[in-house]
Amino acid sequence: MSEEHVDRSRRHFLLVATTVTGVAGAALTAVPFLASWKPSARAQALGAPVDADVSKLELGAIVKVNWRGQAIYIVRRTPEMLATLTTPAVLDVLRDPDSKESEQPEYAKNATRALKDEYLVLVGVCTHLGCAPLDRFQPQDAQLGATWPGGFYCPCHGSKFDLAGRVFKDVPAPTNLRIPPYRFVNEGVIQIGTDTEAA
Amino acid sequence: MLIKKPVIALALGLALAALPVVGSASEAGGLLQAARNDVSNVASLQRGARNFVNYCLGCHSAKYVRYNRLATDLGLSEAQVMQNLMFTGERPHDTMRIAMKTEDARHWFGTQPPDLSLIARARGADYLYTFLKSFYLDPTRTTGVNNTMLPGTAMPHVLWELQGYQKAVYEGQSDAAHDAVHKKFTGFELVQKGSLTPQEYDQFVRDTVNFLDYIGEPVQLKRQSLGLKVLAFLAVFFLFAYFLKKEYWKDVK
Amino acid sequence: MSALPESKPTRLDALVSWIDARFPMTRFMKEHASEYYAPKNFNFWYYFGSLALVVLVLQIVTGIFLTMNYKPSAAEAFASVEYIMRDVEWGWLIRYLHSTGASAFFIVVYLHMFRGIMYGSHKNPRELVWIFGMLIYLCLMAEAFFGYLLPWGNMSYWGAQVIVSLFGAIPGIGESLVEWIRGDYYISDITLNRFFALHVVALPIALIFLVIAHIFALHEVGSNNPDGVEIKKVKGPDGHPVDGIPFHPYYTVKDLVGFIVFAALFSCVLFFAPEMGGYFLEHANFEPADALRTPEHIAPVWYFTPFYAILRAIPDKLIGVICMGLAVVAFFFLPWLDRSKVKSIRYRGWLYRGFLIAFAISFLALGYLGLQPATPEATNAARIFSVIYFAFFILMPWYTRADQTRPVPERVTYDAH
Repeated sequence: MSEEHVDRSRRHFLLVATTVTGVAGAALTAVPFLASWKPSARAQALGAPVDADVSKLELGAIVKVNWRGQAIYIVRRTPEMLATLTTPAVLDVLRDPDSKESEQPEYAKNATRALKDEYLVLVGVCTHLGCAPLDRFQPQDAQLGATWPGGFYCPCHGSKFDLAGRVFKDVPAPTNLRIPPYRFVNEGVIQIGTDTEAA
Repeated sequence: MLIKKPVIALALGLALAALPVVGSASEAGGLLQAARNDVSNVASLQRGARNFVNYCLGCHSAKYVRYNRLATDLGLSEAQVMQNLMFTGERPHDTMRIAMKTEDARHWFGTQPPDLSLIARARGADYLYTFLKSFYLDPTRTTGVNNTMLPGTAMPHVLWELQGYQKAVYEGQSDAAHDAVHKKFTGFELVQKGSLTPQEYDQFVRDTVNFLDYIGEPVQLKRQSLGLKVLAFLAVFFLFAYFLKKEYWKDVK
Repeated sequence: MSALPESKPTRLDALVSWIDARFPMTRFMKEHASEYYAPKNFNFWYYFGSLALVVLVLQIVTGIFLTMNYKPSAAEAFASVEYIMRDVEWGWLIRYLHSTGASAFFIVVYLHMFRGIMYGSHKNPRELVWIFGMLIYLCLMAEAFFGYLLPWGNMSYWGAQVIVSLFGAIPGIGESLVEWIRGDYYISDITLNRFFALHVVALPIALIFLVIAHIFALHEVGSNNPDGVEIKKVKGPDGHPVDGIPFHPYYTVKDLVGFIVFAALFSCVLFFAPEMGGYFLEHANFEPADALRTPEHIAPVWYFTPFYAILRAIPDKLIGVICMGLAVVAFFFLPWLDRSKVKSIRYRGWLYRGFLIAFAISFLALGYLGLQPATPEATNAARIFSVIYFAFFILMPWYTRADQTRPVPERVTYDAH
């Protein structure tokens, strides 16, 4: 195999061009396979917004609805419950009272973490390791002690949250309970999964 | 020498494609009319969707078809689809289902009307086009009509108000004589006019069949354009690889 | 690759030698690629071996992704295929790649086998290469058959019904054997489930092992070529065959060109005619399995039809099944039926060429007839072609010896371009 007439630069160019094209082709071919793992049309259909009827929800009561396999807690808070959210004793024990590091729509990033103060809508999944926090709305709960203002308590690792789902200091959960996107279809129906147009 | 090879491969492919089609739509009577529908015609698909919802979806489901997919592919907004194509209480991501229960269907028709999601892939557009145009009066049937494409069909002539009623004309003997052996079917004759002219009715059926063709394989609208891009990419790849091969093979004496 | 001027050992070299001390990576690459010497006179027919490997990989990858969304149950299978086609993002592409790949596999393998027979690649010393190849072919047929039930369309159902019933022809145990294969009194959810297991786990593993054995056996004896000359007989001063060239880079770049042409043809089917007019995806299979209604025109997928035509041509059920089986098994004996002194068709006489052409025509004709309804004329034609098909094998010891062969050259014929 005589090498004298081999044009090295031409060979090198073609080798690089073919390799680059081949690698690009392989990468493009991989796209459909990777994209097939995204939520399918059926998963999206099952994960579509759900409506919760809250017209018959009593003051101080909780209702749980399922959205995308998660429990969504809806609490209709009494004026007394709302009052606890601003007491200095409570604000003092919260890690993130202004919800700065927590996950919620912009319209729920306020003092009551709600569109309408009365209705608290939460993802019922502890931000620590995913357990379902229990509702312990009565203040001075026998188990949680005399300073308990009322809120949520995670049975798995003892994380505590107030009546706006805000996390306490010195518990394992790092952030406040998440708030899903939601809107009021009318006075008595909350739709979970769609953002309110006029936030 | 290398130039010849793709040619041979292409010839093999073409030879394979040239073999006659088998197992395709039933060739009852061999009287299939060409549907001449065009799935890229969005206006036709929109009309077909409306026809399907108004006339078919009462009894036939299309249970693999989602309304929001229709919206995307047919250039409609979700609100338009909800307003014009959906029943109240259905949501955009729902599939095209029917309220009729299986037992009711058995009771009314003696059979369950088939789901139409894949009917065009199973039977072919031409079959459906001809079928919908081949209902004729037959007093021996409980529905009052029969169909030359599917004799003894349980389906009533749902579109009679549009097409009117036609009778089958036979050669040689009068159609009164039910002597199937000697009868030769020659065509239809309209005996009662419908609200559409025959040309309008043909277009109505064509749009409906076009829609059925589309729902059989919704992706057919996109698959071909992707195919062209893939072939363009392969053409570039081929050029580089071909000259690379020639370059290396200069070594081989 | 062409060696650029020697450079100092890099970190990559260090990593390679670290691995080589523990695992024969470089040695393996040399043995099977950069220092596997293949004859330089490969022609068009020699693309199909590497293409078969490409299609195998394609089928495995797309198969794995289909399994992620497919449900192997009678109640859900059909709907899950439509789910893949409509609801899973790009699912349609993955499914069409797999369904088109199935037919492409057989096209490539049939051409590969024909190449082998044409150039005597089954003959001494490559008998085991041939036997492993035939076992791959058997596995592939089983794989295709089991896979065809999975979409649970009406053609899937009745196809499985017919093929499984063939085992009923075996005297004595037939009926209980059929029941055992189905695991039920009819083709049911239970049958579907076990076919799924065989299709996605058992047979792919067997296929991969056989393909490795096929390639190892080939690389042990070396590749044949269109001249049927053993290139190892004439070695140069460097110890390598004079007419051999390293597989890498020469045949890797050449096969890459072949692959691109193949990919373009494959794309034409995939994107513009995925049903291929009802040959690759049959119309009747777009209706769900219905145990009460046989499709009007039932035929196996095109790649089985030559054997199906032989089955139908014979009026006795048991003999028909036996002949169909023999039509496949006969290939295994080819290395010993062929008594010719020369390998390649280039140096054989007109007797062998005539028989081979007649055989190829019979195979294609039987394939065509198997797709057509069984009219009396078609059945008669199928009988004639079946006789020619078997004559090719049965008379082979005679005509390969009687054939007027021509002298084989010492070296391969090759014109440098």
